[in-house]
Amino acid sequence: MSRIGVFVCHCGLNIAKTIRVSELAQFASTLPDVVVAKDYKFMCSTPGQEMIAGDIKEHKLDRIIVAACSPLMHEQTFRKVVENAGLNKYLVTIVNIREQVSWVTHDIEEGTSKAKALLNGAVYRARLLAPLTSRFIDVSPDVMVIGGGIAGIQAALELANTGKKVYLVEKNSTIGGHMAQFDKTFPTLDCSACILTPKMDAVLQHKNITLMTYCEVTEVKGYVGNFDITVKQKARYVDHDKCNACLACTEKCPGKGVSEWDEGLVKRKAIYIPFPQAVPQKPVIDRDACTFFIKGKCRLCEKVCEQKAIDFEQQDTFSTVKVGAVIVATGYDLMNTKPLVQYGYGKYPGVYSALEVERLFNSAGPTSGKVTLRDGKEPQAIAILHCIGSRDKNNYEHCSRVCCMYSLKFAHLFKEKTSADVYQFYIDMRAPGKGYEEFYNRIIEEDVKFIRGKGARVAESADEPGRMIVEAEDTLTGKFIKLPVDMVVLSPAMIPRSDSKDIARLFNLSTDKYGFFMERHPKLAPLSTMSEGIFIAGVCQSPKDIPDTVAQANGAAAEALTIVVKDKMELEATTAMVNPASCCACQNCIRVCPYGAPFFNEQKGVSEINEALCKGCGLCASVCPASAIIARHFTNDQVLAEIEGLMEF
Amino acid sequence: MSQTVIPYLEMSQAIVDAGGEALKKCYQCGTCTGTCPWTPITHFNIRKLIRFGQLGIDGIEEYMWGCSTCKFCVDRCPRGVEIIDVVTAIRNVYSGGGMLPQSLRAFVGSLSARGNPWSGDQDKRNDWAKDKYPVYTKDMDYLFFTCCTVCYDPRNIKLAKAAAEVLNLAGLSWGIPSVDVNCCGESVRKVGDLELFERLKQNNLNYFKTNNVDKIVVVSPHCLAAFKKEYGEDYDVMHLSQLIARLIKEGKLTPKKDFGGLKVTYHDPCYLGRHSGVYDAPRDVLKAIPGIDFVEMGRNREQSMCCGGGGGGLWMEKLKGERLSDLRIEEAMATGATVLATSCPYCITMFEDSSRTLNVDEQIKIKDVTELFLESLGVNMDELMAGASDLNFTCKAD
Repeated sequence: MSRIGVFVCHCGLNIAKTIRVSELAQFASTLPDVVVAKDYKFMCSTPGQEMIAGDIKEHKLDRIIVAACSPLMHEQTFRKVVENAGLNKYLVTIVNIREQVSWVTHDIEEGTSKAKALLNGAVYRARLLAPLTSRFIDVSPDVMVIGGGIAGIQAALELANTGKKVYLVEKNSTIGGHMAQFDKTFPTLDCSACILTPKMDAVLQHKNITLMTYCEVTEVKGYVGNFDITVKQKARYVDHDKCNACLACTEKCPGKGVSEWDEGLVKRKAIYIPFPQAVPQKPVIDRDACTFFIKGKCRLCEKVCEQKAIDFEQQDTFSTVKVGAVIVATGYDLMNTKPLVQYGYGKYPGVYSALEVERLFNSAGPTSGKVTLRDGKEPQAIAILHCIGSRDKNNYEHCSRVCCMYSLKFAHLFKEKTSADVYQFYIDMRAPGKGYEEFYNRIIEEDVKFIRGKGARVAESADEPGRMIVEAEDTLTGKFIKLPVDMVVLSPAMIPRSDSKDIARLFNLSTDKYGFFMERHPKLAPLSTMSEGIFIAGVCQSPKDIPDTVAQANGAAAEALTIVVKDKMELEATTAMVNPASCCACQNCIRVCPYGAPFFNEQKGVSEINEALCKGCGLCASVCPASAIIARHFTNDQVLAEIEGLMEF
Repeated sequence: MSQTVIPYLEMSQAIVDAGGEALKKCYQCGTCTGTCPWTPITHFNIRKLIRFGQLGIDGIEEYMWGCSTCKFCVDRCPRGVEIIDVVTAIRNVYSGGGMLPQSLRAFVGSLSARGNPWSGDQDKRNDWAKDKYPVYTKDMDYLFFTCCTVCYDPRNIKLAKAAAEVLNLAGLSWGIPSVDVNCCGESVRKVGDLELFERLKQNNLNYFKTNNVDKIVVVSPHCLAAFKKEYGEDYDVMHLSQLIARLIKEGKLTPKKDFGGLKVTYHDPCYLGRHSGVYDAPRDVLKAIPGIDFVEMGRNREQSMCCGGGGGGLWMEKLKGERLSDLRIEEAMATGATVLATSCPYCITMFEDSSRTLNVDEQIKIKDVTELFLESLGVNMDELMAGASDLNFTCKAD
């Protein structure tokens, strides 16, 4: 005989509007072994929790059922409540009557009836529950940060400053990310390099940070607290231990590659550092552009290198590091606007993508910060087209959030650096950040013209060769605008890095339909993922500006710290175990487990389960022909009892 | 005049109920207006039409007849608004209230009384064929569904005959429908008379079902779009240009006559291109004909410009300077082409009209791809048309 308490939550009206909660509590009180049943407006609040704790003592309850929201939300909350009241925390059962009932129906009869069925099943199962004991494992104290943009840099520095060791992995040959490409940042117009490069240098100097540039993660094993991550060091063909960063090689190199840093606007050498402030300041060789790799002779760099650092024989190398937590901060690409033929990108030389324009403004860029077109002339009229591929069902439905603001920044810099007339073609101006509306007002007063209408087409000018005509409706007047310009700037959709799908696969992350990583909960766990111990920060989660990115990076660092700050970590006790006496050695369990938890013990000739990897999903137990596997907390008896309870309805 | 209005949401709801549900999605960015071929030359403003529709306020009447349903705006709309559905719904609601323009009354009246838009006698639907071509029977493979325009309009009878000859030369088992069929109804649906469209559709479906029709060949992209998208049945419908392209590819028909460097450009009909996604077949046919110097106009394929004949436009009068077909003729001539080929009887009618009013009908000829193809097989179109003059019949008021 157990003594069960049932607590039905209204969740305000979330549950109460489609389930008759007091009727549900009344129903519960009629079920076997139920000693007390109550309903309350917010069971997760302090009075709700105190009610449960009080009833446990008063009625000597030994099983608690909370009918409320998803266990993902508050299972931990209620486990703490019962634990503090002296019960084993596995004796609390959550019945999800919000996500699985009230939110999926408008019919109060159906809702109430389904809630009763679920509750009935839970009572039947709760009677058979057994207390479980948690296990503890050692935790690796180090953290890996993937992506060396402002998010990764910030997270790495925060963690390193707490004394934790950080591996910062960057696939390019320098850290800095997109922020290093910018000249100014909105809305304060501070110099991007001035605020970023000191941080890049701090990363390089920090004794707790191992900087792994030109590296990619190739394999992830293990679990929260104990990840074993294999990192590929791509061959640089330059021994960075020997290199003294004199850069004589880059001067002599005859090879020509495309400068990724300058968005392809100019060429760079085959042996290169991406930009003068790169970190580290040591070059790599781009095989595809190197004369020696293409033609078999040259080796000029080798001749000029006094340190004998050039090594054409260098191969990719692999190393494995052990970390307790991971922060993924892989950032974004801009969408390729070439397929949007109406805008003429790639067809008309005067059409630029936003990042190209960032480079034009930058004093370290291809034009040394002068705004000139590809033919060297200064533009007389410039159109900035917002929402290119963003807010667009044919491309990307999301708002890219930063385009309105950087388009304003562009307008300001165009006004500052040229005498051109500047036009913004926008749908809605979105300036909700701190100081953003003020910045918007400032740009309006700088006499930038705002045309409320999405740019519809960019065409060649029939009258003035080399110029373009931007066609759009000014929706405020209803007039069709045909604006002659010399320069068109497209503000394209921000999308996840092209290889974000590989990262998602490696770390078992979910993504939305465009490949942005999914957070565990949009409000309460925005930096966590469904993979324990893996956190996300910055634009890889969704488009955001630098202040939000930095805030997320700090948050992710704190989240990671909550794991690695502890020596030991508690594991869920709801794992599977093998009864070796019954195991028939078929190894079905090994084949079906998505987490790689079961393994075959050759010596004993039976399967065993690594409890640290086991998530308790029960798949192995269900395919075990000998019923040798027991899924703790979901034993056959318990599950069958629950089904029986459900079937009564 | 006061500018005060009160939103009349009942009217907005009526538009939604008539199939204009998409109205709600629009965020008024103006992409449609900026894309619309009418914007630069008329005061028609598709965005405003939708805005007025959202609020149910006065102004709808001013814009509701301007759209030729070319679908350019729909393809570009970032919100995925089915703008043509909205236009159709608005026209349905308003023309139900007696607001059909004068020029469309004869069109709707004829369709209602005679089953075709050209005031032709239903019995004379097949007179163009002069019993020379077979009428469809159950044992045949293909029904060549002759568009009303190719049955009754003397210029387009040429297209009907050319099509029939090609089908014969291909050795296919085919027939034209009996005079029991009527217009596919595509245009009247876009004019907003959904009830009449249903009637026309049901009548055609009855014929198809009674005669076990399975494969349909059409020369009008409007029939193609109607049968494929609006009839709700799964017929194997094909535009003749697609069939010809296939016959050439399979080596069943080979164009022989050399045109000796004839410069030809091609106009994508909206209902074949954007509405049905057929861009390559007609080009493949033209490119297979020896001695044709094929040139593209600047706006082609997905970006093609409308002739103005869709959505009832063929039956509406437009002022000089407000005709898309005039602009398109000028664009075609700018390529140096002496033949403007297309593959739609509506486009042919619009362009023939424009080439005459622009006085360039000697400099540029309007031809269907089928006609050029038949000539390249060695058939003389003039001989084919001999004796057709007794069918003389005027399509347009002017």
